[in-house]
Amino acid sequence: MAEAETLFDASELTVSMGPQHPSTHGVLQVKLKLDGERVLDAECVIGYLHRGVEKLGEAQTYGQFVPTLDRMDYIAAVSNCLGYCETIEKLIGVTAPPRAQYIRVIMTELNRITSHLLWLGTHAIDLGAITTFLYCFREREEILKIFENYCGARLTTHMFRIGGTQYELYEGFKEQVRTFIQDFPKKVDEYETLLTENRIWLDRTKNVGIISGKDAIDLGLTGPSLRGSGVQWDLRKAKPYCVYSEFDFDIPIGEVGDTYDRYLVRMEEMRQSARIVAQAIEKIPDGPIMAKMSKIIKPPVGDIYHSIESPKGELGYYIVSDGSTMAYRARVRPPSFVNLQSLKKMVAGHMVADVVAVIGTLDIVLGEIDR
Amino acid sequence: MADEKENQNTEKPADSGPQPQTPASPPTPPPPPKPATPPPPKPPAAAGGTPPPPKPPAAPGAHPPPPKPKGPAPEPWSHPIVDAIKEKFGNQFVKAYSFIGQNNIEVKKALIAEILTFMRDNSILPCNYLADETAVHWPKDEEFEMVYILYSFEKNEYVRVKTRLKEWESIESVASVWTTADWLEREVYDMFGVRYANHPNLKRILLPEDWVGFPLRKDYNIRLQDVEWVRKHLGIDSGQKYYVGEARHEDPNYITPTD
Repeated sequence: MAEAETLFDASELTVSMGPQHPSTHGVLQVKLKLDGERVLDAECVIGYLHRGVEKLGEAQTYGQFVPTLDRMDYIAAVSNCLGYCETIEKLIGVTAPPRAQYIRVIMTELNRITSHLLWLGTHAIDLGAITTFLYCFREREEILKIFENYCGARLTTHMFRIGGTQYELYEGFKEQVRTFIQDFPKKVDEYETLLTENRIWLDRTKNVGIISGKDAIDLGLTGPSLRGSGVQWDLRKAKPYCVYSEFDFDIPIGEVGDTYDRYLVRMEEMRQSARIVAQAIEKIPDGPIMAKMSKIIKPPVGDIYHSIESPKGELGYYIVSDGSTMAYRARVRPPSFVNLQSLKKMVAGHMVADVVAVIGTLDIVLGEIDR
Repeated sequence: MADEKENQNTEKPADSGPQPQTPASPPTPPPPPKPATPPPPKPPAAAGGTPPPPKPPAAPGAHPPPPKPKGPAPEPWSHPIVDAIKEKFGNQFVKAYSFIGQNNIEVKKALIAEILTFMRDNSILPCNYLADETAVHWPKDEEFEMVYILYSFEKNEYVRVKTRLKEWESIESVASVWTTADWLEREVYDMFGVRYANHPNLKRILLPEDWVGFPLRKDYNIRLQDVEWVRKHLGIDSGQKYYVGEARHEDPNYITPTD
C-alpha cells in the first residue's frame, strides 16, 4: 500500500525495458529512470547471451575456434572470421594468397551490406516505417543466396580459414555478384525515397542521441556511430588490412552526430561497399586460395592485437600464445559492447520513445556484446 | 568366395591395399552397393592399416616446418614517448619492446593511472582512444598481466601499455581517464576478479551477481561449477567428471574418480 502511494507521489519512476522487448534487438534489458516521459538515467543489463567465447578459445585449437567466432556477431559472421584469421596469420607470419584476399574483400563487403540492410530494416520498423523492412530483406536475400552458393551457409558462414579460404568460387559467381552490384545503388536510392525526406522519419531521428566527436572517442565509439559524429576514421583506410589499399572508396561522415547522421552514414557506406565489390570482382587474380603452411598451427610465444573494421566498428582480437596449439588467451574486442556503453549518455534527457531510436542507431548485436 | 569378393572390391577402387573389410558372407548381392560406399573410407584404412612404415617418413617431412616458431622475438623499442615516460616516471618504467611490429611499454602498477593520463595528454603520441583493456592470468607467478591497448588518432599508431599485479592486489581504475574503461574494467573484474580502486560502479557485467568464481582465471573449474549448479538447482548428481587438480577449493564430497 505504501509502495503504491509513493509510486503516485514520486516524480521519478523506474521502468524496465526488455529483456523481452522487440525493439531491444535481442535480450537486452534497459532500466530507465524516468521523470514523466523524460529519461533521467539509463542502465543496461547485459549478459543474457553469454556463452564464454573467450574461454572456449582457450580450449580449442586455433583452427577450431574460427566457427565459434561466427556465433558472436551472427549478422556479420564473415567479418568475425576475417579478423581472427588475419590475426593468426599475422602471428605465424603467413600471408594469404592474393586470390584469397580478393575473395575475402568481396565477401566481407557483401556481408557489410547485409548487416547494414538488416540494421536499416529493423531500425525503420522500430520507428514505425514498416515498408522499408520488406525492401531491405529482398536485397539481403540476394546476398545470402550468394553466400549459400559459395559455402552452403547463410548466416554463420565460416568462409575463411587461417591461411586463405576453403572454397574456390563457384561457376557463375562473378555474374551473380555483378548483377547484384549493378542494381544495388538504385535500390539504396529507393530506400532513401522512403525515409530520407520523410517528415516522420526526420522528426524521430533529427537531434536524437547527439554525441560529439570528442565524446565519441572518449567513449570508445567506433564504426558508423563514430563517423556520424564527424570523425573520419575507418580502419580500412587508417590501417589497411587485406587488400583494401587497392580500392577507391570514400568514408562518409556526419556533421551533428545525431541518429539521422548515423543513418545517412550507413546508407552511404552501403553504396561504398558496392563500389569496392564492383572493383574487386573485376580484378580477382588467378592462383591458389590457400597459403602453404603447416597443418598444425603453433605460433611463437608472444601476443598480438589486430583489428578490422566490422560493420559495427572496430573488431579487435588480442591473442596471447604460449607456443602450443591453443591460445593462452583469446580476447575479443567487441564493437557492440563498447558502443552500447554510450547509450546512457545518448538517451539522457530524451523521451522514452527515443530510447528505441538510439538502441537502433547504435546497431548492436547481443551475441557479440555477451559473447 | 571370400577371396573373389576381395578381388572385386580391390579392383574397383584403384589399387589400394587389399584390406579385408568384408564382415559377413553374402557375396554377390552386396558388391554393387559396397564398392559405392567403401572407396572413400578405404584409402585412409589402407594408410592406417598396412603401410604404417611409409607414414613416419611422411610425418618427419611435414614436421620440419614447426621449428619455425622460434622466428620472431621481442626487440627493444625506442621512441620519444618511451624516453618521456622514463624521464617523467623514472623507476616506474620496466621496459619497452616491439614484437611483430607491435609496440609495448611495460610499467609498474603503482602509478598506472598517472602514466595512462600522461599517455593520453602528451604531445608526442597522444593516445586519446583506449581501444581495449583486458587481463591475462599467469597462475604460476600468481599474477595478472593488465593490458591497455591505446590508439593515437593523430599519429595513427597503436601502442600497448602493460603492467603486472599480484592476484590479491588492486589496481587504480582508469575510468576517469577514458569513459570507455568503465565497462571494460567491469568485464575484467567479472572474468578475472581483478579489483579496481576508485571505479565508479564495480560489479559484474556479463555474469549474474550471485555467480561464484571468475571464469577466465586459469584455475577456474568449469566442470565443478556445473556439478554444483546441477546439484543446487535440480537436486541430482550430474555425473560430470572432473580432475581433482582442476579445483582450487575442491570439495572431496563431489569428486568423481576419473580416467
